Amino acid sequence: MSQFVKFTIDGTECMAARGQYIVDAAKENGIYIPTLCNYPGVKPKGGCRICTVRVNGRLMTACTTPVAEGMTIESEVHDIVELRKSIVELLFVEGNHFCPGCEKSGNCELQALAYRFRIMVPRFPFQFPLRRIDASHPKIIKDQNRCILCKRCIRAIRDEEGRSVFAYRRRSSRVEVVVDPKLGKQLTDELAQKSMDVCPVGSILVKEKGFITPIGSRKYDHEAIGSDIEHIRMTKI
Amino acid sequence: MSKPVIATTSLAGCFGCHMSFLDIDDRILELIELVEFNKSPIDDIKKFTKKCDIGLIEGGCCNSENVHVLKDFREHCKILVSVGECAIMGGLPAMRNGIPISECLAEAYLNGPTVSGNEEKILPNDPELPILTDKVYPCHEVVKIDYFLPGCPPKADLIWLTLVALVTEDELQLPYEVVKFD
Repeated sequence: MSQFVKFTIDGTECMAARGQYIVDAAKENGIYIPTLCNYPGVKPKGGCRICTVRVNGRLMTACTTPVAEGMTIESEVHDIVELRKSIVELLFVEGNHFCPGCEKSGNCELQALAYRFRIMVPRFPFQFPLRRIDASHPKIIKDQNRCILCKRCIRAIRDEEGRSVFAYRRRSSRVEVVVDPKLGKQLTDELAQKSMDVCPVGSILVKEKGFITPIGSRKYDHEAIGSDIEHIRMTKI
Repeated sequence: MSKPVIATTSLAGCFGCHMSFLDIDDRILELIELVEFNKSPIDDIKKFTKKCDIGLIEGGCCNSENVHVLKDFREHCKILVSVGECAIMGGLPAMRNGIPISECLAEAYLNGPTVSGNEEKILPNDPELPILTDKVYPCHEVVKIDYFLPGCPPKADLIWLTLVALVTEDELQLPYEVVKFD
């Protein structure tokens, strides 16, 4: 059995190593499939559904589906783009995302996706839920207004023994991500910074580090999210 | 041919969007060739004197007066544009959403750290004062809004390009950098 498989994304012929997830395989072929709950080096969860693609006629999450020989993948087609947009819009109205006052603005992946999709206003009514800000930890602030429950921090931030420093608390609509009271005490400066970097939105902030990058030099000020991947393709052609 | 007529207002906003509008710099001379202003803080016309083509709304609705002005704009303008985060999603004033009004008023007039001199513990109650709404509403949840310009404030280029597109009826081409939420 060959080590490589051939497949198509929106008609473009692609090749990748067998067993690679569709998002990663697409990336190697210079095609960007938007993701939000996915993070390099962390086991994919398939939670946010923004990476939804149509594989051989069926909707699948590209971050959890491995490529296979002869797959026909649709990504940038009208109904799937609309689906991705509506997920971003729902996330915006579900929490309290006041971009102008957010320390992560300009470096926020949720915001960057909204920019990429050219979302001027969510088409759903704002919920304005009452959420709390937990600043009790000496190193980090956990702002529940902005949390999108992607679980990236829970999956990525672990102590030396592999235990998650962040955890889900409560269930259903009341669920929130909190710092484990015991493990959180040992949070190093390095891990605190990593947890802020892992968070796609401004829900985890290292204290006294807000607004450190000036407007104009932030990650998504000039380039749309995913354009780095698309540039690779341009140079290849 | 008469020029298109523009009206602008600031509801629960900070006038930052109007400042950004003025940030089009010398293009304001071009603008005045293109359009005519009606009710707006820019020319200080207080009441609509005719039907307008474009209404620019800054700020969301936090009291009965905002709702009244917004409905007045909807009645008089063919096209309404929400300008800025406050008009689109309530913005900074909407941070009171979720907190009961009685608590907000008590903090502002009775118990807040900067309150002084209100010995009789009076909350403002003059019948002339507009009544606060239960929460701050985005404009499109009160009346139909046709277009949305995000940003805090929206970039001068975004306001300019939009106005030119609306007046000339050309398709709007927006560079990536022009649309930002902050």
